[in-house]
Amino acid sequence: MNGGGLGYGRRKLTGHVMMAGSLVAACIAVALLFWIIGYVFIKGIHGINLDFFTELPTPVGVEGGGLANAIVGSIIVVGMAALMAVPVGVAAAVYLSEYGRGLFASSVRFVADVLAGVPAIVAGIVAYALVVSRMGRFSAFSGSVALAILMLPIIIRSSEEIFKTVPNTLREASLALGIPRWRTVIKVVLRTASGGLVTGIMLAVARVGGEAAPLLFTAFSNSFWSLRPDQPMATLPVQLFNYAISPYDDWHEKAWAAALVLIFMVLMLNIAAKMYAHRRPGR
Amino acid sequence: MAGSIKRSGKFDIERAFRGGTAALALSVLVLGAIIVYELFSSSGPAFDRFGFGFITSRDWDPVSELYGALPFIWGTFYTSILALVIALPLSLGIAVFLTELAPVWLRGPIGFMVELLAAIPSLVYGLWGLFVLAPIMQEHIQPFLAQYDYLPFFKGYPLGLGIMTASVIVAIMILPTISSISREVMYTVPETQREGGLALGMTRWEVVSKVVIPYSRSGILGGVILGFGRALGETMAVTMVIGNTPQITMSLFDPGYTIASVLANEFAEATEKVHLSVLVELGLILFVISILMNSAAKLLLWRMNRYGSGSGS
Amino acid sequence: MTDKLKVEALSAWFGNNPALYDINIAMPEKSVTAIIGPSGCGKSTFVRCLNRLHEEVPGASSRGIVLLDGEDVYSPGVDPVLLRRRMGMIFQKPNPFPTMSIAQNVVAGILLERRMSKSEVEESAEKYLKLAALWDEVKDKLHKPGMSLSGGQQQRLCIARALAVEPEVLLADEPASALDPISTAKVEELFMDLKERYTIIVVTHNMQQAARISDKTAFFLTGKLVEYDATAKIFTNPSRKETEDYVTGRFG
Ligand SMILES: Nc1ncnc2c1ncn2[C@@H]1O[C@H](COP(=O)(O)OP(=O)(O)OP(=O)(O)O)[C@@H](O)[C@H]1O
Ligand SMILES: [Mg+2]
Repeated sequence: MNGGGLGYGRRKLTGHVMMAGSLVAACIAVALLFWIIGYVFIKGIHGINLDFFTELPTPVGVEGGGLANAIVGSIIVVGMAALMAVPVGVAAAVYLSEYGRGLFASSVRFVADVLAGVPAIVAGIVAYALVVSRMGRFSAFSGSVALAILMLPIIIRSSEEIFKTVPNTLREASLALGIPRWRTVIKVVLRTASGGLVTGIMLAVARVGGEAAPLLFTAFSNSFWSLRPDQPMATLPVQLFNYAISPYDDWHEKAWAAALVLIFMVLMLNIAAKMYAHRRPGR
Repeated sequence: MAGSIKRSGKFDIERAFRGGTAALALSVLVLGAIIVYELFSSSGPAFDRFGFGFITSRDWDPVSELYGALPFIWGTFYTSILALVIALPLSLGIAVFLTELAPVWLRGPIGFMVELLAAIPSLVYGLWGLFVLAPIMQEHIQPFLAQYDYLPFFKGYPLGLGIMTASVIVAIMILPTISSISREVMYTVPETQREGGLALGMTRWEVVSKVVIPYSRSGILGGVILGFGRALGETMAVTMVIGNTPQITMSLFDPGYTIASVLANEFAEATEKVHLSVLVELGLILFVISILMNSAAKLLLWRMNRYGSGSGS
Repeated sequence: MTDKLKVEALSAWFGNNPALYDINIAMPEKSVTAIIGPSGCGKSTFVRCLNRLHEEVPGASSRGIVLLDGEDVYSPGVDPVLLRRRMGMIFQKPNPFPTMSIAQNVVAGILLERRMSKSEVEESAEKYLKLAALWDEVKDKLHKPGMSLSGGQQQRLCIARALAVEPEVLLADEPASALDPISTAKVEELFMDLKERYTIIVVTHNMQQAARISDKTAFFLTGKLVEYDATAKIFTNPSRKETEDYVTGRFG
């Protein structure tokens, strides 16, 4: 047997080609990321000025104007969704990580996992059926319900993961001090995990904050100021969509600016989460 | 000072706390049930009227009450499969690069950047696809591919907006899902497995293709199915670039339509009861498909975690 | 001397696997009892049964009687939480609460029963840190995180934390095995001092340590109590062959 024969040369060549291919794949992904973010930045930065954050939208052809109502609307709709989903999600995660064994807990985990993959637009349909069709009109609240449906499984799964990183020795130390389990959970587990918990919640907010699909026929849109949860409300993603598919150049510019705001928010939250992950609890 | 260790008779917070959190955990199951119930009950009228013919009929014209779901089902699967064909080799390449090739200091940053691709909102992809990718497709890539118009895929006029652009965009969006799951399962391949391959005289690539990937195949398959599920439900980006034309076509240059896009476009404007009910039924179809995909993926990944992979069946 | 703890027919399981078989033993008040035995013989399980921490492990169960001052800690009316306030525990690896400062760690158990002003916190912290022979080393940084201390200091912090609840019994599961020799010596000294006030049960792998600090020694083997006697007797003239083999290092 001659290890350096022709066969080996070919095997070696194939190896180099395939490994080079994997390098190319990674480069493509990174290049796409910079291309997309860079392009949005360049196109969107013109549209970012004080008016963008403080003015109402103007009709087609009228210069100026901004998306103040949509920005505030997004904050309200996402905020109400978080108020519904976060307490329930964190409590359910506490149950799963601290008590959850057996069939019930496994089925909750499984359903949460499966619901996390439900397309956002389906959450919109459910919120429509639950709220819009009963109330007889589009409303900010129905939009929040849709987003809460999307948030809940994400929060449960990420919080449970975080709780699992709290070392068991800490729980035992607390129990051994005669601290009851429920207080151990609050004082030791939740407190130790609080940073990670907040990060997970922020990432969930970032995820749903950029969604337009479930809001199209729930929160709908609104060209005026409205703070009432029982009325249609403008949100940044829906406004972006409406501007993007319009035929007007000045609306396209607004769409790019809105995209820049969304991307900025998402990137900041993700980077913050990454930085947090480097100083995990316990270690 | 020896206090009593007996339980005092007062209210048992311990059990209340446990019960309370259990009740909130139960709410997830209730939510699942509500979703299923609402989708079924609201799509009832459409099902009563059109039955299973709805799925096989091809015409869509709400004004004359023609409702056929086939073009949407076709469009949804066609774009998702194409997206998978594009994304799979890239994702595996990235996973191999990150686990086997990249120096350790580079793994974190590159992995993070790939994950960021998943964090970019769907709308932003749509906007970029509409104004950047579609023109590039129309002016450069599609005219080049048109040389091969003896293939059914490259027929017709290069429009830019259509199935091809939609598939590429969706491919970019599911790439992080597949690559990060593949990377994770490939990390779990024990060093002894790799060393075993190397000791047999395998090249690095042979270790990857003959040892690492087969060992982690059920996990990778889980990632692929999960990515496919994402692709099926992808809404805004697709709606913005697919051209929104309900037709069944093989040509990648042609515009198409997906279930999620027709929901995004028509739901808010549907005033007829039948129309609304038909749209909910489309949503139900999408829901059922994505539940099946997700459950399959979860079961595969769970099984892998529990029993390790590499086991034959 | 009266028996502070008396264990009768105690058995314990992890799922279906038995870890302890029918243990009978009694510990006199204000003494140090060492538990020795090879790895996996059930030493940790035994002490964790005493303060009912064993049952917190998923699937774990136990049967038998553990009398604390004559009262069975396993009788149905007993609240394990209250039990644990009378039995402090120190773990193999120091485990201060990472979100709390040194002072907060010390009073973590007290804070449960009542609110404390800042000065009270400092007072208690000082008292128990002194008791745990840590005060001089940390008095200038009481409000630094507990995790900022060295391993040996962290362990004494955990001892202070356990003492602050004013327990009567101290359970220590290999409290010095993660420490360097100097820290170990400090912890050992501390135990000798503490035995005037507490009943101490200490699990150890270190035979010299057991000989130095304990009054009585129990030798466990594969979940059974093989021999229990005065420490001097166990180490010089044990009555069982297995014990002799183990203490002279001739064991498998
Ligand atoms: N969490 C657990 N689940 C299942 N079995 C366990 C668990 N902890 C311990 N065991 C088993 O119970 C038996 C006794 O374990 P234990 O921890 O009490 O031993 P030990 O004497 O403290 O050992 P070491 O000196 O190594 O600490 C061992 O056989 C061990 O495998
Ligand atoms: Mg042990």
